Amino acid sequence: MTCIDASGMDYAALNAAIRAHDGDIIIQNCMGQRFIGAGAQNHTIQIYGIPGNALGAYLDGATVEVFGNAQDAVGDTMNAGRIVIRGDIGDTAGYAMRGGRIYVHGNAGYRTGIHMKAYQDKLPVLVIGGRTGSFLGEYQAGGVIVVLGLDAVGERPIVSNFPCNGIHGGKLFLRSDCAEIAFPEQVTARPATPEDMAEIEEYLREFCALLDFDFDMLYASRYTVVTPDSQNPYQQMYVAN
Amino acid sequence: MGIQWNYPEFEVVRNDSRCIRCQVCARQCANEVHRYEAEIDAMISDESRCVNCQRCVSLCPTRALKIVKSDCRLRENANWNQDAIREIYKQAESGGVLLSSMGNPKPYPVYWDKILMNASQVTNPSIDPLREPMETRVSLGKKPSKVERDENGRLKCELSPQIQLSMPVMFSAMSYGSISYNAHLSLARAASELGVCWNTGEGGLHQDFYQYGAHTIVQVASGRFGVHKQYLEAGAAVEIKMGQGAKPGIGGHLPGAKVGPDVSRTRMIPEGSDAISPAPHHDIYSIEDLRQLVYSLKEATAYQKPVIVKVAAVHNIAAIASGIARSGADIIAIDGFRGGTGAAPTRIRDSVGIPIELALAAVDRRLRDEGIRNNVSLVVGGSVRSSADVVKAIALGADACYIATAAVLALGCHLCRTCQSGKCNWGIATQRPDLVKRLNPDIGSQRLINLMTAWNHEIKELMGGMGINSIEALRGNRLMLRGIGLNEKELQILGISHAGE
Ligand code: SF4
Ligand code: SF4
Repeated sequence: MTCIDASGMDYAALNAAIRAHDGDIIIQNCMGQRFIGAGAQNHTIQIYGIPGNALGAYLDGATVEVFGNAQDAVGDTMNAGRIVIRGDIGDTAGYAMRGGRIYVHGNAGYRTGIHMKAYQDKLPVLVIGGRTGSFLGEYQAGGVIVVLGLDAVGERPIVSNFPCNGIHGGKLFLRSDCAEIAFPEQVTARPATPEDMAEIEEYLREFCALLDFDFDMLYASRYTVVTPDSQNPYQQMYVAN
Repeated sequence: MGIQWNYPEFEVVRNDSRCIRCQVCARQCANEVHRYEAEIDAMISDESRCVNCQRCVSLCPTRALKIVKSDCRLRENANWNQDAIREIYKQAESGGVLLSSMGNPKPYPVYWDKILMNASQVTNPSIDPLREPMETRVSLGKKPSKVERDENGRLKCELSPQIQLSMPVMFSAMSYGSISYNAHLSLARAASELGVCWNTGEGGLHQDFYQYGAHTIVQVASGRFGVHKQYLEAGAAVEIKMGQGAKPGIGGHLPGAKVGPDVSRTRMIPEGSDAISPAPHHDIYSIEDLRQLVYSLKEATAYQKPVIVKVAAVHNIAAIASGIARSGADIIAIDGFRGGTGAAPTRIRDSVGIPIELALAAVDRRLRDEGIRNNVSLVVGGSVRSSADVVKAIALGADACYIATAAVLALGCHLCRTCQSGKCNWGIATQRPDLVKRLNPDIGSQRLINLMTAWNHEIKELMGGMGINSIEALRGNRLMLRGIGLNEKELQILGISHAGE
């Protein structure tokens, strides 16, 4: 186990120090350094403090755990591995992620899970304990997004405006009846069936075990499942010239 | 629907006295224009399907065929020309957005053709490239703007990562999916043999081509297809695609029909699923955000690879390039509005963006004025058609050029401009196995090598004529250029004098 005190370090120095070590790393006093764990494969990185943007970008198998909030672009284009955030996160988490899992205790910002993909045995999973901002799952092409709304205070819906525009693959699970959410035309939103729930049981168990939530309560809740109607949403739009 | 006036655009003219009924044309035309009618022992054509790709013409053993423009036309009208009317009919029928391919075919000014080069006479000697050394090698990347020494007075020799090229021309981005496996293989092999680079485009790098990594530029676009750590590490450089000359401001869209098993594996998306790369990167709304992507790529590759940012030439290109030069990018690639594409909405291809010649001149001047020209190398594309265009581009300030249309022409493209159909009879813009195999990668790569080798000779001759013996000495050397038939404003933007001055 290597311990790195990040105070006063810029991101290039911190990341060079991370690259220079194999195995488990603890980062203390993290203060906004970007790109931590970019492309990391074998590390386990624990972060105390607040990492900066693009945490775990292109992550390729490593495990990252943050004891605090994280900022924008968590897990950008992630390929494999796991990111656990014990707080809130900023915008565009999981942009184009193709594999691995991101578990967030709190809320997420705009454009969460956009361009998520899936491929062969790779199925990215993004579980948000709280709520998300607008444009959730835009252009989603694969993978599973779960939003639990666990901080539910007041009247705010579980996801803000314009979720799922341009989606053409993958599946969303929203722990809400979604009565107040306006989905675009090209998706189907329906109550989750027991078969649907079986698909996410493993992720929910892991999420609850890691972040101390009550699995039985969560699993028994009502969810809305959102799926695209077509893999080819823009097929009819063009005429050859 | 109403009656359609859709008289075919092209006519198949068959000289029956030469036709030997071999039916090569019928087998070769993926558009199924030709057919043999046994009862009457005759070849029949359905011209309405012909795209004028000249495949049948090229393969007819007796030269019995030619394809000509139909003279069945609507009444001449300089304003409502045939295309304008035909396009309205198409849209009235379908309600669809017009989709075209290859570069802008409209008669906009081609500034390359309005620029002339200098040659030495009497007062300074020209150089004979056959006898004297002539340097066409270039390296792309950040250059130090001053000499630095360490505390012992020794020179600091550490450079930012560079791309080394044997000549100032590279093959620009064309994705696997938009073009075929054999086209990618031809480009990769030729680039490796020539000591230049080819570019994966945004569709990932096929596993078979990782061996050409040292001569490969790997692209990262908004859809991030096939982007993972090994991919980023495989290439000589990483290119962030912000825009493309043929369709500035909009994204890419590979229809699910072209996403077969191999394309799916390379893009890492399911078979049959549309591959959508939206217009913006949804995490980039500012130069600061761009800087973040640039540095996330540098971090993921441990600062070993130069990062290119590719943009389309648009109105404020000089200011945009200035921002990119400050974003940490090592190289800026600018794509002019005549750049080719596998598919783009016609209206955007034909009327958005600006010519690369003007964009290049404006950017080079702006970066010099701001004292940041050495922060970046400049690569330009968007219809560089010949070695003369290359030399003019370098004299206008480019470090190197990107070619794509010229490269696919060398591979056998006949510019029929129907790549979007996926039925390219020349095996280039298609994924159909029977068509792909028509492009032999041994021949394809050799033709690319021939083209580039010939250009390199010509570049040396042109430089030698000016008395210049290296690309370095030609770069930004606008005194070597004169305009012909250009107005004051154009000359001012290009930063050159008029012929005779
Ligand atoms: S589409 Fe090409 S091969 Fe077919 S008839 Fe026309 S020119 Fe010949
Ligand atoms: S690549 Fe093929 S389809 Fe496209 S313009 Fe060239 S010949 Fe036509």
